[in-house]
Amino acid sequence: MPNRAKILLILGSLLPISLCVAAGVGAYQILPWRIPRILLFHTDGFEVLLYVRFPRVLLSAMVGSVLAISGATLQGIFRNPLADPGLIGVTAGAGLGAAIWIVLIGSGFLGIWGVPVAAFAGGVLVTIGVWKIAQTQGQVLTVTLLLAGIALNSFAGAGIGLMTFLADEEQLRSLTFWLLGGFGGATWRTVAVTLPVAAIGAIVLFRLARALNAMSLGESEAYHLGVSTESLKRWAVFGVALTVGAAVSAAGGIGFVGLVVPHLLRLMGGADHRYLLPGSALGGAILLVLADLFARTVAVPAELPVGVVTALLGGPFFLWLLMRFKKEVVYG
Amino acid sequence: MVELERVGYRIGQKWLVRNIDLKIEDGQFWIFVGPNGAGKSTLLRLISGELSPTTGWIRFFGKSIDEYSPQELARMRAYLQQKREINFPFRASEIVLLGRHPHLNGAKETPSDIAIAQEAMKQVQADIFAERLYSTLSGGEASRVDLARILAQAPRLFLLDEPTNHLDPRHQVQILRLCRSIVESGRTVIAAIHDLNLASMYAEHVLMLREGNPVAVGTPAFIFTPEQLEAVYDVPFEVMQLSSGQRVVVPLPSDSTPKTGGLRNVSKLSSSQYGSSRTTATG
Repeated sequence: MPNRAKILLILGSLLPISLCVAAGVGAYQILPWRIPRILLFHTDGFEVLLYVRFPRVLLSAMVGSVLAISGATLQGIFRNPLADPGLIGVTAGAGLGAAIWIVLIGSGFLGIWGVPVAAFAGGVLVTIGVWKIAQTQGQVLTVTLLLAGIALNSFAGAGIGLMTFLADEEQLRSLTFWLLGGFGGATWRTVAVTLPVAAIGAIVLFRLARALNAMSLGESEAYHLGVSTESLKRWAVFGVALTVGAAVSAAGGIGFVGLVVPHLLRLMGGADHRYLLPGSALGGAILLVLADLFARTVAVPAELPVGVVTALLGGPFFLWLLMRFKKEVVYG
Repeated sequence: MVELERVGYRIGQKWLVRNIDLKIEDGQFWIFVGPNGAGKSTLLRLISGELSPTTGWIRFFGKSIDEYSPQELARMRAYLQQKREINFPFRASEIVLLGRHPHLNGAKETPSDIAIAQEAMKQVQADIFAERLYSTLSGGEASRVDLARILAQAPRLFLLDEPTNHLDPRHQVQILRLCRSIVESGRTVIAAIHDLNLASMYAEHVLMLREGNPVAVGTPAFIFTPEQLEAVYDVPFEVMQLSSGQRVVVPLPSDSTPKTGGLRNVSKLSSSQYGSSRTTATG
């Protein structure tokens, strides 16, 4: 379908544009088309651009793209357009890891790396837990996976609540800010540490595209078409744990990107995952770069948590989706 | 090509099928019949390899089916499921093209794959809605798209669970003719079908099941006798001969009152409605 190639091409050219615009806007304004010259001749603004803006826009692009790919993958696995990357427990687990670290262990040990490491570990551990619980006689049923995810999500949510209760003023502040998500602390080091993990996860997920198409027909249909559905699910959960774990540890909990972006792309160009996954990667990156731009410029000098911005956009969108879904159910 | 030896499948304490011995050769058209819950679908799913038998063996070409990889199996047999639901906006043509999945080895579809898919859609007259979204198709149209998908899969063994479901009479006949031509090309069809007469016009082998147990195996003329059918379906049957010489079996209501009674009710209802509307008109 040439239409899809066109959509990918348009998104692919919008991404660098949005990166440059976002890199230019801020307390120190830089016009996007001046960026190449500034980089080449180290003129005014070079430091701001290189050490502040670039890591931030790159990180937000990375987080946006992996959240969207993970959302698309899980929607494919659960055959449900309302599935979200948080469904298998990785987001809540990461939140719990970060909360335990902030409240019980504190910032002394491991320095600035403490919270991201704890978040990543929490996300991966809870996902493994969900997987283990869902396993019955060597098989993982999609329904049990979903239910185990819901159970551990609420458990992790309770843990986060408990930590919030135990926290003192200052801890509460950093905990809240972390849970809401944001790119305020982005440095090249954050990018260097999280990008490889996210990239590995993303490569794993991209390779599942064709099998996910077969999975859309149903699990046994996919099996009849020659897909090893167990290994498909295992790789999908593995890839999502890596990508979302890395994303959440870098930027905290950012909701709705994984839900909204794949859905928009399906509306534009259909459901073939060989188009949907790369399209979601580009769309998610663009959306989060712009959302972060909005978050840090709308209330200068204060900065809104980007998770609040995406939720503000995503909430109504989710409702609209639900209404549409309801209509389809009622009117066939 | 397909051999079943003492095949049984159990969930908990309940045997869904039991003691199935069957030998199906290339180029045969088999139908599985029996009341709801007799184990027809379970048996098809066992033969497809989706379920593993609790007891016994299933062999394709002399080799146990668990020795084949899912992809190898998918090149040999295709399965048409009863219930299908797709929540994503796939076009009918994309669904049919998915049938080529086991032949692709991870590469992109070639023009010949696309040609095979288009030919498959023509065979079941699904080409007219190739570009429509699958979710917008009617039940019968969607069934034809799924049939086209498994035709595109080009297997040697077709497992069809109620392939004529949702289809109008014309398309029912067409599907069974298609099955006939598949069989004549040396491939094999096994179908679970409820319409005994339609089935007996096209298939030459019948396995009749009741509560998971094989009740009878043989040709339609041999199996579809009033006594045998009544024993399995718990309703009396009558055999009739059409002017063409074709025998048909018809289930009879155990007493004939409901039908005339029903008719009388209908006429009563309509006359009273008529009366009431007249009273409102005059009043």
